[in-house]
Amino acid sequence: MSERQQQDRAWGFRTRAVHAGTVPDEATGSRAVPIHQTTSYVFRDTDDAAALFALQKYGLIYSRIANPTVSALEERLASLDGGIGAVCTASGQSAEFLTFAALAGAGDHVVAAAGLYGGTITQLDVTLRRFGVDTTFVPGTDPADYAAAIRPGTKCLFAEIVSNPGGEVADVAGLAEVAHAAGLPLVVDATLATPYLCRPIEHGADIVIHSVTKFLGGHGTTLGGVVVEAGTFDWGNGNFPGMTEPVPSYGGLTWWGNFKELGFLTKLRAEQLRDVGATLSAHSAFLLMQGVETLPQRMAAHVANARRVAEWLDADPRVSYVTYPGLPSHPHHERAARYLPDGPGAVFAFGVAEPGGQRSGGRAAGARFIEAVQLCSHLANVGDARTLVLHPASTTHQQLTPQQLEQAGVPGDMIRISVGLEDPEDILWDLDQALTAATEETP
Amino acid sequence: MNPEQTWENPPAVRRQQILAETRTVAMVGASANPSRASNFVATYLLASTGYEVYFVNPNATEILGRPVYRSLAELPVVPDLVDVFRRPADLSGVLDEVLALDPLPRTFWLQFGLFDADLARRAEAAGLEVVMDRCLKVEHARFAGGLHLAGFNTGVISSRRRG
Repeated sequence: MSERQQQDRAWGFRTRAVHAGTVPDEATGSRAVPIHQTTSYVFRDTDDAAALFALQKYGLIYSRIANPTVSALEERLASLDGGIGAVCTASGQSAEFLTFAALAGAGDHVVAAAGLYGGTITQLDVTLRRFGVDTTFVPGTDPADYAAAIRPGTKCLFAEIVSNPGGEVADVAGLAEVAHAAGLPLVVDATLATPYLCRPIEHGADIVIHSVTKFLGGHGTTLGGVVVEAGTFDWGNGNFPGMTEPVPSYGGLTWWGNFKELGFLTKLRAEQLRDVGATLSAHSAFLLMQGVETLPQRMAAHVANARRVAEWLDADPRVSYVTYPGLPSHPHHERAARYLPDGPGAVFAFGVAEPGGQRSGGRAAGARFIEAVQLCSHLANVGDARTLVLHPASTTHQQLTPQQLEQAGVPGDMIRISVGLEDPEDILWDLDQALTAATEETP
Repeated sequence: MNPEQTWENPPAVRRQQILAETRTVAMVGASANPSRASNFVATYLLASTGYEVYFVNPNATEILGRPVYRSLAELPVVPDLVDVFRRPADLSGVLDEVLALDPLPRTFWLQFGLFDADLARRAEAAGLEVVMDRCLKVEHARFAGGLHLAGFNTGVISSRRRG
């Protein structure tokens, strides 16, 4: 067996981005990961089936719970994030829902950052609240404020590594300390960073979530999500009876007692994915895998373009502000340098000044800017190979008053940009001509 | 000094070799109770490996339809690997039993949660190879592909066909 000559080696990130999780299979030797487009798997015999259903042996039953193409993506993402394992899901939203569903039930409580992505806010504030899970949203990033929100029944702390579009950077180590002191896991959504720019587990996070749809997939073709766990949290600390009490549907085993460090992800797959069914399809996993293979090269290019665009915007008098934490003027510039030393991603926001240089109230100017772009795409996504722009005040937040917009941290003149992989000169050309159109016209 | 820092498990490549060279396994402290981890590991070893598995427990007579032996000395073979599911206080006595076998088993394996650096050094000095605080099932599944199918990070990077 050739592995016997192999030395133990700590493989590099770029190597793992193209190899982890895809050892060629014994039957065909396929080098690329095959698309296992099947719903279900033939049992060897009745004993085999019974052992699989009782989780006594590892294997495949039904693609809602596991599929070999999806497994390949799961192991690759777990490897890149430095986790013990991963469970892929149909979208980033479902990755979050499965995680909350595994950790909390009616009467329980979540402490979350107030500046989260709007879809995460509504999942917690609308659907999960209706299911009896209460969430306290904490403004800002001071760990002491999160500690003060913890109460009996709290099941996790939740934050984003880089907020969208304000560019606030979470103090992951500080939040981990606060969470662990209370016997709670820290859950970090690292979508905008990807494991190439930041691996929150290295700073103390216990669970990492990504919308794989964004930079990990990177091409704007395919939805997907993932939950990665560090495998170091003590689920037997008394705060998580769901991990330590017998599970009747699996013959009375306990996730912590029978699976130890693999217990949380085993529960997430065998219970939450089984019951909720927000499964990633094999074909989607294949497409996302193609993106992940070039993640290091693409992210380096995204960050280089984003830095150039942010600096150019920052120097332009037609732009009232830029929220890129890579700029020295951003309040979290130093924290970004600590947690994301290779750059704080490629999504940020800027304000379009009104003609005459008015500082605020540029709702009309923002809308004119969006109407004028020719290369940047006006759509509601981030992390595409193409540069994307969105004007929240005339789309996602158009029903809000100017005062409400300010309270939501979405001023009327704000444009969100996700910088793509085009020639930076072409992106700057488009921004320049659109800014001209937005600021020259008189309303 | 923290004694746990004074001893390290064999690296992954060596653990894989140990599993490949093992034919017979004795599970010391195997339980007949299906809710116990040892019973759960036994179901995996019987269904998913080619190992010849023997159960040792003076307080049980049958586990998963198989006979149970009162002690390691009563086994019909000397096992290649002794997999221990006992309380920390009992480990030294188990090692004494292992060292009394002739010939010696090759591997002394302590399950999740069991770690004793002094005991490991005593076993190694007597010629045993030691793995501690690791699950035999998880390590087998890591290299046999089962762990991969369940989405776990096996650490295996290889351009060679699996198997």
